[in-house]
This record gives sequence, C-alpha cells and structure tokens, in this order.
Amino acid sequence: MADRVEAMPEDSGDALVRVTDLAKYFDVSPPWLTRVLQNEPRLSLRAVDGVSFDIPRGKTFSLVGESGCGKSTVARLVVGLYRPTMGSIEFEGVDMASLKTRAQMAPVRKRLQMIFQDPFASLNPRWRVADIIAEPIRAHGLMSDDGEIARRVGELLEQVRLSARDGEKFPHEFSGGQRQRISIARALASNPDFLVCDEPTSALDVSVQAQILNLMKDLQRELGLTYLFISHDLAVVYHISDYLGVMYLGRLVEWGAAREIFREPRHPYTRMLLDAIPDLEMSGRQRIPVAGEVPSPISPPTGCHFHPRCPFANDRCRTEMPLPIATATGEVRCHAVEEGRLTEELIRAKRAEAGIAN
Amino acid sequence: MMSESDPVGAAPREALLQVENLRIEFPTRRGVLVAVDDISFHINEGEVLGVVGESGAGKSLTGASIIGLLEPPGRIAGGEILLSGRRIDHLPYEDMRRIRGREIGMVFQDPLTSLNPLYTVGRQLIETIQTHTDLSEQAARKRALELLGEVGIPAASQRIDQYPHQFSGGMRQRVVIALALCINPKLVIADEPTTALDVSIQAQIIKLLKRLCHEHGAAVMLITHDMGVIAETADRVAVMYAGRIAEVGPVSQVIKHARHPYTHGLMGSIPMIGHDMERLTQIDGSMPRLTEIPRGCAFNPRCPKVMERCRLDRPEPLPVGNSQVACWLYDDPSAEVEEIVFGEAENG
Repeated sequence: MADRVEAMPEDSGDALVRVTDLAKYFDVSPPWLTRVLQNEPRLSLRAVDGVSFDIPRGKTFSLVGESGCGKSTVARLVVGLYRPTMGSIEFEGVDMASLKTRAQMAPVRKRLQMIFQDPFASLNPRWRVADIIAEPIRAHGLMSDDGEIARRVGELLEQVRLSARDGEKFPHEFSGGQRQRISIARALASNPDFLVCDEPTSALDVSVQAQILNLMKDLQRELGLTYLFISHDLAVVYHISDYLGVMYLGRLVEWGAAREIFREPRHPYTRMLLDAIPDLEMSGRQRIPVAGEVPSPISPPTGCHFHPRCPFANDRCRTEMPLPIATATGEVRCHAVEEGRLTEELIRAKRAEAGIAN
Repeated sequence: MMSESDPVGAAPREALLQVENLRIEFPTRRGVLVAVDDISFHINEGEVLGVVGESGAGKSLTGASIIGLLEPPGRIAGGEILLSGRRIDHLPYEDMRRIRGREIGMVFQDPLTSLNPLYTVGRQLIETIQTHTDLSEQAARKRALELLGEVGIPAASQRIDQYPHQFSGGMRQRVVIALALCINPKLVIADEPTTALDVSIQAQIIKLLKRLCHEHGAAVMLITHDMGVIAETADRVAVMYAGRIAEVGPVSQVIKHARHPYTHGLMGSIPMIGHDMERLTQIDGSMPRLTEIPRGCAFNPRCPKVMERCRLDRPEPLPVGNSQVACWLYDDPSAEVEEIVFGEAENG
C-alpha cells in the first residue's frame, strides 16, 4: 500500500486513525467431537480480510456494504471490542496493539467512543438517563464531585438538544430518536475526538433520521469530531461523508473521496449498489439490473470475490485476487479497471441491453 | 366534499377494494385509543397503491384489518371494507379464511416468520393450492414448481423439497411471494416486503413483485416507510400520519409536488444522492403517541404553516389537483399557497 502517501498527500500527515492490512478471522469450526467423528475440517470465516484506510482528523469516513460484508466487524476492531487477527490500527500514530495494560489503554479509550444501531438495546432500562450519561465520566475518573458531574450531564443533554431535566427520566420514556440522542450524549461524555457510529440511524424513521444526521453534523462542526460511520444506506452516506469505503465480503473494493466515488464509481460493485437504489426522483435513469446474492463468507468465491455477480468478469477475475490500484483520491481493487476494460461504451451497452430485457 | 369530476377523489364504482371511514380502536384500562381514525381510500383493479408513513402511523393496522388479521384487543370500531362491492369487515372466521389466499394474498416483512419451518416450501405451496382449488397432489406440485420458477428460484425442482432455513433471505421472500400469488388473488397486501433485505436484493424483489402482480392482474397495497420503494412501484400513494391520511394522489404528484406540509417535510428529510445540502429538512418533534393526539389537525404542533383553525377543527380530505389533501391550507381553492419552509429550530 505504498501508493497511499502519493494518493492523499494533503491528508496523510494528519490522519487521526490509520488502519493497515486489518484482518479478523472467526473460528466457526464444528465442535471437536464432530470434527473427529465425521472427519470435518476446521473452518474459519474471514470477516475482515486485509482492509487499509486513513481517516483524516475532523472528517467523516463511511463504510458501506451489504449485510455480512464485515463493516460492523471493522467498527468493533477499531474501538477495540475485538482483537485483530492481523494488521494494525494506529490512533494518532500510536499502534493500539502496543498498549498492553489497562493503564496504557485508558487515555486512548476515553478518546474513542461508539454509538450503536439500536437505541432500545444500548441503554440500560433500569438506570436513569443522568446515570447513563455520567457513567463514562465516572469510569474514566474525569470528575469526582457529584454537583460537577450533574452540571456536565445537563450540559451534554442540552448539547444533543434535550432538556437538562430529562436526566431524571428512564429510557422507556423517550422515543427512538430521543434515545439515540442520549446514546450520543453518553458517547460525548468523555470528550472523545473520534466516534465510531455503527448504523446509528438505521432503526429510526426518516424524519427522525434527518434530526440525528443534522445533529451529528452540527456536533462535528462544534467539537471537531472525527467519525467512522457504518451504514448500508448510500443516500445517508452521501449526505454525511467526506471519505467513503465500499466493502464486499471482507475486502475494501474501493475507497476515496465520497463525492468522487458517487460522481464516478469505478468498481462494478459500487456501480451495482448505486444502481440498486430506488429512483426517488423518478428520473427514469437507465440502470443495470442487480443480479445474484452475496455468497457465503465461509467459502467466498476465488479470485475477485465479486466475480460471480459481475457483468464484466473474465478468467483473470475468477482466479487472481485483484490488488489495490491508486485512483485520484483513493484506491480500487478491480482487474477490469486496471486493464482499462471498463469503458463508458461497455457500460452503456450493458445498460441498453438491460433496458431491452426489461 | 368530493367533486364528481375528480378522477382520484371519488372512488369509481368498479373499485376493487373500498375502505370507507375505517376506524380501529384499542380499548385499554385508561380509555380507548384510536389507532386509525376515520380513513377512506380505494384500490382499483390492477393498481398499486402505496401506503407510506412513519412507525405508529397506522399503516400496518390498516392492512391487517383488510385481511381480517387485526390482533385483539384491536378492533374495527367503525366504517366498512368492501372487496368487489362485498362487505368483508364483519365476516365469520371461516368465510374470511376462504377470502384470504384466494382473493387477497399477503406478503409480510419477515419471510422467516411467514413460512412454517417444519414443512418444506413445496409442502406449504401445495397445501395452499389444494386448500383453495380441486387440483390433485400431482397437479398442485406441478403448479408449485411453475410458481417457484416464475419467482426466479434457480433449480426449483430440487429446492422445492428444501426447508425454509435452507433458503437465503431474498430467496425466502421469493417463496412468500409465490405463496401469495399461487391462487391468483385479485389483491395482494404487501407489508414492508423489502425492509429486512439488503439494497441489492430489495431492488430484485421490488421488480419481481411489480412484474408478477402485473402478469397476474393483481392489485397491490404496498405498505412501506420507504419513499424510494413507493416511487419505483406505486401508481398512487397515500401518506399516513397519526392514524389519518394526510394526502393521497398519483405518485409523481405526491413526490414532486407534495401538498400537505407533513409530506413536504418528509420528502425534504430524505437524503438524496446528488443533492448537496448542509442540513436536511428537519420536522421537529416526533409523531404524537396515541394517548396524546392533538385536537384539530394531528400535525398542527409540528407544522410551519399552522393556523388558528388547525388547532380547533380537523381537516377533511379536499381535492387539490389530482390529489386529496387533508389540510386547511387548501380550503380556499382560489388562495395561493406559499412555499412550505421548515424552520431551523434546534429543539427536538
């Protein structure tokens, strides 16, 4: 990944988070006795398989992909909920794997926080909101005086546009959107620089989603936060991201500046995802119909994982794993792009073909 | 209220499904909650009606009441549901059972809960076909195979003898669609059929549902929270808010020129690729709980165009263009309605 420094010269010096060749394999083997009696092999699931990207300070990097592509595993690896099988995660130049003891980890931990998808599951129903938000303050020993903590909790509630009085209530008294605000307030309690947001709006209605996305953008501006944003919704990602990575079966098939990818998607999978979005503006644009399903990550296809669904695949794609090629703002992994096979004429021809088939 | 010339407003006599002043209540210890409040709409033969709204708007209850699957203590407290001119809202259980499947097919959100895990998909299809027709086991199996092929299940002759857990989510939803269409019903009620699926699978299922219903001549009531799905599929759309219909009209009209302030705000709050906005339109607050639906127009506390009258009187659907809009802004047909702008207020 030597190309990266050339690819992003202005940002490479100020990457808050740098992920290099990150991999996480899960052991999904049958139990030992079954393996012995039925002579079955060990199985490993490569949830994340060699992912590299940088997140510049104060920016939003989004990971998109379909279920099972490994995007949530990356989120959990980055906050340290899983240990990587291979590769490294650097936070401000410090390799997280080098932090062995709790004492070494604590100063880094409080600077990265996570927001989860389901605000109904991520808040303890028996705790008052004020206690939920105060927990990180107490856990990290940021304040000890109760009055001071109460003031800080009130401030945090107001920061997420709730009222300081709401601290007295229990989570069940709030709607989904308000609960997600409480999760955000809790995440902000330890003054983090970096928030990992795993599908923070997927469980919410659209109008509430708009409120939360607006709030997240406002907070980013006010507090200079850096986000790693995980989502399956490309429209949401378009709205919130500066940088974008597209994952497929554990690999990052394309990443770069978000606007660039949306304007000129390179990888056939990125194109397919964009074509799959319902046409809300009813513009009648021509699209290649989506075919096939995501294969099992336990036995992914050989070569390029996407080849069975790719309209442009050839023999090389079936056998050889594509390596990252530098683009203007990032990287793409595709033989067709590398060989220059993916011309506009070819894509237009495929679309026209599909139009007739329809 | 409705003018005779209005093509959408007045339900044509031949409407396949007609819902008149439907009211669904939940009796509780603290009083009666009205979940669906006096709504009327119709679906023509072969038409796709989208019903869109946020959670709690009453869209799924409306669908459940039509197929007679409203779960107690929920009950239809008023109004009529007519299928091909025949009242079906107060039929005995056995009569309703005959209508379900034969005249009205159903597709639910989660395909795993709509299929019986203990029977092969073939068994379930054959059972449904034999319940409603006189076909022999052999002929029913042949029909089931045809259907599985039609919904795009590869190697149908092998997969027919597999169990639901051996199918992926998208394939299961295809089986559910095959089940819904196996007796050629006139109406299919699809409640969030693609919500549990990935985008690439969603696109395939929408296309399939649209094509098959067209081929089988079935009308569809498509219940969803996703405006994109509506834009791709529906002919007309009804927008629900707090148990009422805010706006109903041709889909392009509602999407491009939303009349009701709620629809307008809802459309603005959807992020769209290619639209660079610093902030999305924000409808502050949230939909009222059933216990605290405000007097007058249910949307009035969140509406940027609220007037005195909205707080007192409840607006009835009024014809505006080809749509019907329940909003006092359109009470005076000569008055020009200025652009609806939602405030930048920060309080949620």
